[in-house]
Amino acid sequence: MRYARVIVAGNTWTGVQHPDGIVLEDGRIFREAEVSWLPPVAPRTIIAVGLNYADHAKELAFQPQGAPLVFLKGPRSVAGHRAATERPRDATYMHYECELAVVIGRTAKAVPAAQALDYVGGYMVANDYAVRDYLENYYRPNLRPKNRDGATLLGPWLVPASEVPDPQALEIRTLVNGKVTQVGHTRDMIHSVARLIEYLSAFMTLSPDDVILTGTPDGICNVVAGDEVITEIVGVGRLCNFLVDGPSNPAFGADFQREVS
Amino acid sequence: MDGVTPRPAAGCNTVYGVALNYRATLDALGPALNEKPYGAPPKAPVLYIKPANTWMGDGDPIIVPTDIAGVQAGVTLAAVLQRDLYQATSETVLDALAGFTIVNDVTIPHSDFFRPMIQNRCRDRFCAIGATLVRVDAFPSLDSIEMRVWVNGQLRCTETTAGLVRPIARLLADISALFTLSAGDLVLIGAAPNSPVVKPGDEVRMEIAGIGSLQNPVVAAAVGVQ
Repeated sequence: MRYARVIVAGNTWTGVQHPDGIVLEDGRIFREAEVSWLPPVAPRTIIAVGLNYADHAKELAFQPQGAPLVFLKGPRSVAGHRAATERPRDATYMHYECELAVVIGRTAKAVPAAQALDYVGGYMVANDYAVRDYLENYYRPNLRPKNRDGATLLGPWLVPASEVPDPQALEIRTLVNGKVTQVGHTRDMIHSVARLIEYLSAFMTLSPDDVILTGTPDGICNVVAGDEVITEIVGVGRLCNFLVDGPSNPAFGADFQREVS
Repeated sequence: MDGVTPRPAAGCNTVYGVALNYRATLDALGPALNEKPYGAPPKAPVLYIKPANTWMGDGDPIIVPTDIAGVQAGVTLAAVLQRDLYQATSETVLDALAGFTIVNDVTIPHSDFFRPMIQNRCRDRFCAIGATLVRVDAFPSLDSIEMRVWVNGQLRCTETTAGLVRPIARLLADISALFTLSAGDLVLIGAAPNSPVVKPGDEVRMEIAGIGSLQNPVVAAAVGVQ
C-alpha cells in the first residue's frame, strides 16, 4: 500500500495508490492530475546528504572523506508531486537530483547500522534541485542554492518500509521531457541508508517524520523553464515536477564586499 | 517589563543561524577568506539550521559530548517572526517580527567553515531558547544592544550589535531574498565573537539588555553516548 496526502476541493485527504490514480479514504477515485499533491509527510528535520554516490562525487571532483557530507533544509523548501518549481531567471545552471528519501519511523539515538533499518518508517522519491550559480564555499552546499522555496519535491507516495526490504537494491532514473538523462542504482551509495542512520543518530537524536535525502547518482544536467522533470525510483514512485520562470536573486555583495575586504 | 510577553512554547518552527556575522569573527579569518577553499569572502548570509533536537529552555543542561573537551556558549539575539517574510526590504522587515529573544547557540568550536559542520552545531540540546519575547519598539536602537556572558560568575564576553557585519534589518531582508521565513521562525542574528568555551561542571549565564537572562548548567554526556 502506498500512501499520499492530497487536496481535493479545498480539503486535505489521505489516499492510497490505485491503478487509475489515487483512491481517497471515502472511496472516491481520482486521476493524478485531478488532485493537488502534498508531500506525503510534513517533515520535521530535513537532512540531506551530498556527494553520496561514487560516480556523482567524481563528476563534481569530490574526494569522499570518512564522514558523509550532511546539510539541513527548512520546511518551506518542500513541495509535492506535480508542483511547479521556480527557476530563477539569472541561473545559468539549475539541476535536478533524484534521491531516495528515508522517513524515520521511531526515535533513533545511537543506533548501530545492523539495526538501523528497523527505525525507518518508509521511503519516498525526492527531487532536490540546486542552483549551482548560487553556491558559495561557506558551509557548502549553502542554503542559497539548496533551500529555495518549493525546490525540494517529495512524493508522490510514502511507501512503508515493509514494502522495501532492501533500500540498496533500487533503480534510479530521471527523465527530462520524456528523455532519460540520469540512470543509477542505490547499491552505489557511498554511505548506505543504514550507515547514514548510524552516523547521524550517533550525534543527533532522530525522530518520527525526520527525512533523510540520501544523495543523487551521476547524470545531472541543466534544466530550464518549461521542462517536465520526472524523478523515479523503481518500486517507490515516479515524481513529476514542472519548471516555471521565476525572479532572479538579488546580486549580493556589491556594497557588502567593500565593507569586509 | 513593558513589551515583554511569554514566548509561545509550541510556536517555534525553524531556527536559522547566521555564521560570520560579526566583523571580528569574519576578520579573524583574515587572508584565508580569499584563499582555498573559500576563494572569496562570503556574499550571501552564511546560514545554518538548528534542528528540533537541539532546542531546550532556560535552566536545561548543556550536554558536552564525551569526545569533546568543551563547547562554545554563544550569546545571540534571536529575531522571532510573526508573519511570513519573502523578498522584503530592510525598511519593512521589522514589521514582520513578533520581537526578540535570547538564545545560547552552543557549538563545538571550529575554524573551518567550508562544510556545513552539522556534527559541531546540531547535537542534542545545542540551542537554549529564552522564555521572553520583547517587542521591537521596546528597544531604543537595534544597533547598540548589549550582551554579556558569565561563566561561573566571571564575565567572559561582552558584545553589542554595533559589531554586526549585516545589521539586523539588512540581514533579515537578505535572508528573505533567498527563501521564505515563516511565522514562528527564529533567526539567530549571530553568536558573539570570542564566545567562551565551557566544560562539564560550569554554569553559563548570559544576558541581553532589554530582554533578560538565560542560564544553563554544563554537564558531561553519559558514558557511551557521544
